[in-house]
This record gives sequence, C-alpha cells and structure tokens, in this order.
Amino acid sequence: MSLPLAEKAGQHPLPIEFADEKESIKITGFWMFLVTDVLIFASLFSTYAVFRTSVAMGPTPDQLFRMGPVMLETILLLTSSFTIGLGVYFMRKGQVRALMGWMIVTILLGAGFVGTEIHDFVTFAQMGATWHTSAFLSAFDILVGTHGAHVTFGIFWAITLLFQLRKRGITPQTARKVYTYSLYWHFLDIVWIFIYTFVYLNGKIV
Amino acid sequence: MPSFVTYLIHTLFPPTVRFPDILLIDAGLVLGGLGLIGFLTKTHRWGWLWREWLTTVDHKKIAVMYLISAIVMLFRGGIDAEMLRAQLAMPSVHFMPAIQYDEVFTTHGTIMIFFMAMPFIFALFNAVVPLMIGARDVAFPRVNAMSFWLFAFGAILFNISFIIGGSPDAGWTAYPPYTGLAFNPGPGENYYFLSLLIAGMGTTMTGINFLVTTIRMRAPGMTLMKMPMFVWTTMVTSALILFAFPPLTVALAMSLFDRLFGSSFFTLTRGGMPMMYVNLFWLFGHPEVYILVLPLFGVFSEVVATYSKKALFGYPMMVVSVLAIMFLSYGTWVHHFFTMGAGPAVNAFFGLSTMLIAIPTGVKIFNWIFTMWGGRIQMTTAMLYQMAFIPTFVIGGASGVMLAVVPADYQLHNTYFLIAHFHNVIIGGTLFGLLSGMYYWWPKMFGMKLNERQGKVAFWLFFIGFWITFTPQYLLGLKGMTRRLYTYPAGLGWHELNVISTVGAWIMGAGFVALVYNVVWSLLYGERDVTGDPWDGRTLEWSLPSPVPEYNFARIPVVHERDAWWAMKQKGQTMAHALRPEDVHDIEMPKNTPIPFLLGVSFFVLGFGMTFKWWPIAIVGILGVIACLLFSGFDYDDHHHLEADVVRQTEASLGRLQG
Repeated sequence: MSLPLAEKAGQHPLPIEFADEKESIKITGFWMFLVTDVLIFASLFSTYAVFRTSVAMGPTPDQLFRMGPVMLETILLLTSSFTIGLGVYFMRKGQVRALMGWMIVTILLGAGFVGTEIHDFVTFAQMGATWHTSAFLSAFDILVGTHGAHVTFGIFWAITLLFQLRKRGITPQTARKVYTYSLYWHFLDIVWIFIYTFVYLNGKIV
Repeated sequence: MPSFVTYLIHTLFPPTVRFPDILLIDAGLVLGGLGLIGFLTKTHRWGWLWREWLTTVDHKKIAVMYLISAIVMLFRGGIDAEMLRAQLAMPSVHFMPAIQYDEVFTTHGTIMIFFMAMPFIFALFNAVVPLMIGARDVAFPRVNAMSFWLFAFGAILFNISFIIGGSPDAGWTAYPPYTGLAFNPGPGENYYFLSLLIAGMGTTMTGINFLVTTIRMRAPGMTLMKMPMFVWTTMVTSALILFAFPPLTVALAMSLFDRLFGSSFFTLTRGGMPMMYVNLFWLFGHPEVYILVLPLFGVFSEVVATYSKKALFGYPMMVVSVLAIMFLSYGTWVHHFFTMGAGPAVNAFFGLSTMLIAIPTGVKIFNWIFTMWGGRIQMTTAMLYQMAFIPTFVIGGASGVMLAVVPADYQLHNTYFLIAHFHNVIIGGTLFGLLSGMYYWWPKMFGMKLNERQGKVAFWLFFIGFWITFTPQYLLGLKGMTRRLYTYPAGLGWHELNVISTVGAWIMGAGFVALVYNVVWSLLYGERDVTGDPWDGRTLEWSLPSPVPEYNFARIPVVHERDAWWAMKQKGQTMAHALRPEDVHDIEMPKNTPIPFLLGVSFFVLGFGMTFKWWPIAIVGILGVIACLLFSGFDYDDHHHLEADVVRQTEASLGRLQG
C-alpha cells in the first residue's frame, strides 16, 4: 500500500479525501483537534505518574492488574487499527462494500475492546477498588476511562458513518469523514500503546 | 407548602443570595428581561433576531456578538471591582460580609479573564482576520458559531450563580482543597467548573479554527512573512490556546469529579494531592496570560504602523520575538508558586526562564518605538492607547521581573504588589490593546467612526484612573497587605493608600461610563465612514467598504507586498480590485444553522443540571447535545450559492464595479 507523497501529487491525483479543497481544510482542522486530545492525554498521563504510588489503603498497581484481559484488549485494538487501515485502502479504490465491511469489523473489534474493559472495571469494583479508594485509582480510572470513552464514542461515530456511506456512497465528503475517523482510531491505538506500557507493564514490573 | 417547594427555595435561593443588593438586582433583571421581550414582540423583531443573529455563521456578525458580550461582562466585572474597592476604602468596613466579598473577588477575576478579555480578543479575531488574509470566512464557520454559543452559555451559567444558588468563592484560580466538598458544599464551585469547561470547549474550537484559517485560507501570494502582524499574533495565540486549554480542562474536570462523584484527586485524604491541581492550572495559566496579551501586541503593531504612516519597524524580529514568547511561556508556570517549596534548583530555573521572557518583549517595545521614530504620528484615540500602553506595560513587566527574583517573591507572594503587577500588565497590555483595537476597527465593523473627542475623554479617565488605582497598591504590597483580605484594622498604615486606590477605581468607572456614552452617541450620530479606509490603512481589510458585504471579497485579492493595501495605493492600483460585471461569479457561502445555538442551550441545561446534581435535567441536556451532534453529522446541506447578480448589484451600489 503506497500513500501518495506531496511531491508526487502533481503526477498522481490526490486521494479522494484530499481532492476537494474544503474537505482537505477540514482534515487539517482534525489534526489540530488531535493535538488538543494528545494534550488531554498527556495531562492525564502526568497525573497518573504523580499519583501512581498514592495508593492510600487500597491495592497497589501490582496487586490490581490482571494481564490476561489487558493482552486481549491490546490484540483487539491493534487489530482494529489494521482493519480500519484496510477500510481506507478500499475507500481509495472506490469499493464502498469492502470499506463498509472493514468498518463493521473495526466496530466489532472496538466493541470487544470496550466490553473487556468494562468487565475489567466491574471486576475491580467488586473487589472494592473504585476511584473512591485512592488517588492512584482515581488517576487510573480517569486515564483508562477517558480512553475507553473515546473508543466508545468512536464506535457510535462509525455507525453513523455507515448510514451515510450506505446512502451516499464514496464522495469527497464521506471519504473525508471516514479518513478523519481513521485518524481518530489510529490515535486511540497509539494512546493505548502508551497506557499498556506506562500503566500496565510498568505497574506489574515496578 | 409542599416539601419540594421548600427544597427548591432552599437550594436555589440560599441566604447567600438574599442580600438586599442582590434582591434589587433580581428585580432589575426581571424587569429588564420583560422589557426586552416586550420590545422584541412589539417591534416584531423575533424573526429578525433568529435569522440575522442567533443562527448566523457570518464571522462579522459573530464578532459583533462577541463584542457586545465582552462589554457587558466588562460592566459586570467592573461593578465587582468597584464593590471590592468600596469595601477596602476604609479600615473595618463591613459593607459586604466576608462570604460575599469572597464571591465578588472570585467573580471579578473569572469574569474579567474568561468572559471579558477572551471574547473581546475573539471579537477582534473574527472582525478582521478573514479580511486581512483575503478570505470569505473562517475555515469552519459553523464551528465558529458553536464557539460563540458555548462561550455565551458558559458565561450565562457563570453569571446566574450570584442570583441562583450562590457564587463561587475560591478565587479565580479555584485552588483545592478549599474547592472540595468538605470545605465548600454549595453549588458555587460547580458553577465555576462547569461554566469554564463549557466556555473552554468553545475557546479550544476557536483556537483550532483560527489556526487553520491563518494556515490554509490566506490569499494567493500572502506568504508567512507577508502576513500582517495581527495575523501572526492570531496564529501564535491560537497555537497557545491549542496547547494551554487541555491541561485546564483536565484540572477542572478532576476537581468537578472530586465534588460530584467522590473521586480523590485533590482531596486531603486517600492520597490526593492539591498541588497537582496548582501545577496543571498554571500549566494552562501562564500561557493564558500570553493568550491575553499577544493578540494585543498584534493590534498595537497595526495601530502604530497606520498612525505613524510607516511600515512596522523590524517585522522579522517581531515575528521571531512572538515565536520566542510562545515557546518560553510554557517554561515558566512554577513562578506562580515559588513558595510551594520545590527547592532552589527548580525555583532558580523558573526564575531565570521568567526573566528571559523580558528579552523578546523588550525587543517588541523598541520596535514599536522605532516605528514611531520619524513618523508622522496622528494622535487618534487608538494611538493614545498605544502610547499609554508602552510605559504602562514596561513598568508592569519590570515589576514582573522583580517578582521573578525568587527571594523577593517569598516576600511579595500574594500581596498587593502582585495585584498591582498583574493589573499593570493586563490593563496596560490587554485592556488598552482591546480598546485601541476597538477604536481602530470600529469603522470597519459598524460603518461609522467612534467620536474622537469623547473617546479621548474616556481614554484619559481610564489612563489616569488606572495609575491612581494601582500605584498605591504596589506600596500596600510592600507594606504587607495581602490579597483577598476582606477588611483590615486601622493603624497598619494602609488606610491613606487604600483611599487613593478607591478614588482611582471611581475614575476608571467614570471612564467606562464615558466609553459607553461614546459608543451609544456614535451609533446614533457618528460620522459615517464612506471611504472604507478612514485611517489611510495598510492592510487588506481597508480595501473593502465599511461595513463589509456578506461575502467580503467579490474577487479574492492577490498579494505581492507585506502591507498589501498600502502598496496598492502607492502604485495607484486601488481600483485593481474593481471587477468588470462579467467577471462576477456565484459565490459559495456557508448557510445559517440553528445547531450551534441549540448546542449551547443543551450544554447550558446539562451544566445547570449538574451544578445542582439534578440528574434528570442533566440527562435532558446530554440528549440535546447528542441530538445536535447527530443532526450536524447527517446534514450535508451546509452552504448555498450567492447569485452573481446579487453580488453584482451589491458591488455596483458600493461603486466598486467597472463600467
């Protein structure tokens, strides 16, 4: 899969989502939005780093985390990042059915991720480890919870996109919407890699 | 009486909002509201209000709405200030009880920064940035309207707090643990957090919008180094907003969760750490002061060049210094709490980084002075504010450097010296800049000039009143008077200075009255601007008629020089923009939409429900937000074509069509 580079743009036509100037400006705007979201997560990560050891009377990260569900979540989310990439590939080829198919796979993988995460949180709550317990759990819940809320929002967003695709097919507008959605989804994947490393692995090792 | 009525009265109107002065205001607001409704109904203006204003996506109209809100908020914040000064004029005055004094200084600070200065800045952004870069609107007109309505409903939510439920009373910085439920059980702090979250979303969207507008929407030929200075500062300010508001959002949300949902981020128990809030808050807060002042550096750069009839001196250095300030502003936040005790190494670093900012700022001061040097200076009101700004800001900056000296800060921290310092830079830099920009661009926004003689009266009242108010406060700080003190005993040597300061505040109040008189008088009798270029300006907005037609430019200009319009005038090409009738084409314009307004209403309902923990109301608000998002997601009908004939007629009536 080769992405067209800027210097080649003269020779090859731009991908459909960049072809319309107005839609292309919206993609720039979406990158700027992602900047703010990066900073939201950066603030949450720094909060977590500060509060990591403030466990009060509650469990420590090492006592709390179970790596099995976390591995499952990781596999589901990383795979979904690949499938939305395939979706965008087929979108550029103009194959709306393949695009919708891969989006549905992405949604299902995302739902699997959210389901596992909710199950995990409910398990913690049953053990009495809610965010009332300690600052560590407050910081953990808000960091991982914000990510999970983003994924949930992404799932509903993708469902609305499916309706638009079914009605309108692949146009510069719908293509731009799918493309920004894929950027969002990849971004959540990257954030998860950081959560996996700095929260879960770090919690288990340190 | 049924129990829920008692509950409602007890919750909505606790004793803290039943002071006689507040009850008087309640009556005034009800009468004023009824009067407004009656006026709109009698003159059949509801449809006009809805079509022309509430659903508009035109950046010029949004600018007017921002401006009106900002001046109303200046009035509210100013009344708060006068009340504070009245209380402090004499020792042992109990004009307001301590709780009300706390509420008033909290709302004064919050309103002046978030609901006066920010929207005033956005008014200027919206009014001129698209015109300066030769664009027909901002990058995302609908998002722009959403920004405004989120700000407006955030401001309304914040402002109703003093008549319904009680105002926040923890200072504009809202430090925990005092904002925690244990110490502050009323709804006041919920109002603070929710209204700032709602308005902050709008501000973030404005930042994104103007960053993309300045990056992607410039006229052909306008390279980065040919942008007017105000466009540069708009771009840099937008970038600052992008990077500064997320930490604030996180800090506010965590405080809110502590209060509403029992988390323990900033509590004193269960491992919470209040200092984390302070760090996150000032990680936003220090860039915020540059968000407040950089746009006005841009305004001053335009004003000084226009009224000195010279190109801005040292334009490349101005750009470099603005960028330097942008980067440095992220490395100074700890200077707001040196006394936290982070240790000598940390404090030394942040003290030095703070002093470092004085260098690019000093460069800019010299550039403005050298722009005036040898120029033919016109002493208009806008220029007077510019000239008052330079010494005022230099002194405010110098006292800032004094505060950056860590040992001195241990002495001066949270005294009136600090109060005098930041009013010195925020009034001297931001407010003078805002008013300068308002007088400068008023003809472009409204098609008539503000009366100069009245404007100068208002200026001198503001300028003299400012110095009389704040010079004594430096001395009070050195004499040990701390901030947020609701009264003080006699015999500390503070009395005389406080009296002088209060007299100064009255003079500034008179300045505000003169300003409003000036605006109203000029709207009624002001001199029409028929040329479109009343000041002999240099940048592209002056190439358009005043007020500007809906589509801004019938044909997008091509830029060759930095001061594009000035260069066109020098080369006698001012008619180059005049079109032949056959060259006029249909223009694609964004279409009006009620969604931004309804989104604002939904967020208001959500915020109000959460403030009082009335979850059913909050859920109605959330459903409204979801409905707005869904509707705009499926709405592809977002623009319309302005017929070429309409454009032709408009241009012909303005005398801008050839033949």
